[in-house]
Amino acid sequence: MSDVLKVPTMAEFMATGKQPEVLFWVGCAGSFDDRARKITKAFVRLLNKAKVEFAVLGTEESCTGDPAKRSGNEFLFQMQAVTNIEVLNAYEVKKIVTACPHCFNTLKNEYPSLGGDYAVMHHTQFLKSLLEEGRLSIEGGKFKGKRITFHDPCYLGRANDVYEAPRDLIQKLDAELVEMKNCRKKGLCCGAGGAQMFKDAEKGDKEINIERTEQAMEVTPEIIATGCPFCNTMMTDGVKNKAEGQIEVMDVAELIANANDL
Amino acid sequence: MEFLPNLIFAILLFTGIGFFARNISKLKRNIDLGKDVDTSDQTKIRWKNMARIALGQSKMVRRPIAGILHIVVYVGFVVINIEVLEIIIDGLFGTHRIFSGIGSLYGVLIGTFEILAALVFVAVIIFWFRRNVVKIQRFMKSEMKGWPKLDGNLILYFEIVLMGLFIIMNATDVEFQSTNSGNIISQFFAPMFEGYNVHLIERVAWWMHIVGILVFLNYLYYSKHLHILLAFPNTYYGSVKPKGYFNNLEAVTNEVKLMMDPNIDPFATTEEDASIPDKFGASDVQDLNWVQLLNAYTCTECGRCTSECPANQTGKKLSPRKIMMDTRDRLVEVGNNIDTNKGVFVPDGKQLLGDYITNEELWACTSCNACVEACPISIDPLSIILEMRRYLVMEQSAAPMELNTMMSNIENNGAPWPYNQMDRLNWKND
Repeated sequence: MSDVLKVPTMAEFMATGKQPEVLFWVGCAGSFDDRARKITKAFVRLLNKAKVEFAVLGTEESCTGDPAKRSGNEFLFQMQAVTNIEVLNAYEVKKIVTACPHCFNTLKNEYPSLGGDYAVMHHTQFLKSLLEEGRLSIEGGKFKGKRITFHDPCYLGRANDVYEAPRDLIQKLDAELVEMKNCRKKGLCCGAGGAQMFKDAEKGDKEINIERTEQAMEVTPEIIATGCPFCNTMMTDGVKNKAEGQIEVMDVAELIANANDL
Repeated sequence: MEFLPNLIFAILLFTGIGFFARNISKLKRNIDLGKDVDTSDQTKIRWKNMARIALGQSKMVRRPIAGILHIVVYVGFVVINIEVLEIIIDGLFGTHRIFSGIGSLYGVLIGTFEILAALVFVAVIIFWFRRNVVKIQRFMKSEMKGWPKLDGNLILYFEIVLMGLFIIMNATDVEFQSTNSGNIISQFFAPMFEGYNVHLIERVAWWMHIVGILVFLNYLYYSKHLHILLAFPNTYYGSVKPKGYFNNLEAVTNEVKLMMDPNIDPFATTEEDASIPDKFGASDVQDLNWVQLLNAYTCTECGRCTSECPANQTGKKLSPRKIMMDTRDRLVEVGNNIDTNKGVFVPDGKQLLGDYITNEELWACTSCNACVEACPISIDPLSIILEMRRYLVMEQSAAPMELNTMMSNIENNGAPWPYNQMDRLNWKND
């Protein structure tokens, strides 16, 4: 791949007495999950290319508490939240970008009343703003004419009404954006939310990710794009089951990075 | 004896309205059993939501067929009710078509009512076919067997009969027909009654129509049909936050702050234990907040939520509609318990959790908000599911095993998986 990634930490910034432009909240999946780490790195390459002065918390980052809260463990959630807020406030963080819609939602909506008030952006929104400011450009060549469908992550779409930023990015690739019958407000869940990612599904006659993959297959895409590490896992599993080798599952950040040969 | 009909009318009217008012006050008392929740913020947005979603039916038309038919019935219901005002005045004072004095406008008015009545009639028949012949899936789910199915049909029969009576009443009103103004629909039915005692038929239809309306009004309380009234407050009090926001329990915040505060004396006796609730989460209806209880009464069991639910679509037991129906049915049971025990609730050994809603249903939810988005009148089944999960986890430690593992991972190493926090940045060097 490309040369060494520049990933400064908040602690390093602090030592030089500077503030980064934005904090990149990597999230647990982005830090530990093999597939999601590739998304993290693709996003960092784009940040490096656009010369964004960003920092990560590194080993000072901890789970936002989202899966605990959605499971019903409010205590654990608030313990995590308060701990994270202490760290973030100590570094005087003002702006956060994250590639995980679950972290995005929790940081944006549930941290403020616990004392953590930040401007929080999803990475697709942030990338879009980089394009608009002319700090990043997209070469469409690689994906020109490719059929790409976008799977709306629930915690980005319905939960926070972000539908257009990821689509705008895909369209900049000169790709053919095709919509599934259930998209945007009506997007079907991948099956991972509400802490389902960490448990087996209840008894039923089908897995949700298979249902969603079948919906995607109806529009015969070459690529299923998404903006969530958990959706990515679920859709990748679904594709393995139903359309191995025919469809690729990629994060929007990976698409942009790929197009730029990063 | 001359005033006997007026007297009978007045008695019927005031009994009907009085009985309804009594039930509404019961309904209000039941809703007030819920916990308090602050809804005083964002009044502008709340009014806008009510105007757009309830009055303007904006979310109904997302399903165009049902949506447009529903608007027909809704507009018909609201507009034709102007006629009820005339019927009440006529009934109380022994007049006949008191508003006809306004001249040609009266014909326009009644003509409009007749057209709407005919449209409502047709729409309701299509609704009946959708439920009973086409058997649209969302009306066939397991929670719709028995009373809920009958309830749905009874409401349709009520409307068919009421609209029919309205047209018959006009068709047999010789005087009204002779003006030949406003009888747009009824003129075609008038010849059918030639040779019969039209005056008698007109009186019977008139009385049955008003009695039917009063019976229907009182039927509301016992049916799923309360949405015609409650949709308005429900859309007003519905959430004005992003759907992804789940409330932070204040009692927990206080506890967590105490735990995190290094200056606090751990052995000090806290005097203000009032802030700590007797229960975290919800196991019964009294643990929910009043907006959630209002939601339950407002639900008209259309099933749009359930048909959008990913868990339900893939054969799991969870149905958001059933969550709302169960909450309402339990609330009614609790209310009846209070009535029979002279104003106090006597524990009946039952609760919402377990006796109505099972753990299996609760754990099938992906919290995707599809149900909340689908509801045409701002009902939030997800908040009830979460509140009950809170009870299961914080009061009963009854989470599925894998979730307990996930949570202890977060507690111990700050991630849902068993990885060391010190390895968080390792991806950099992959």
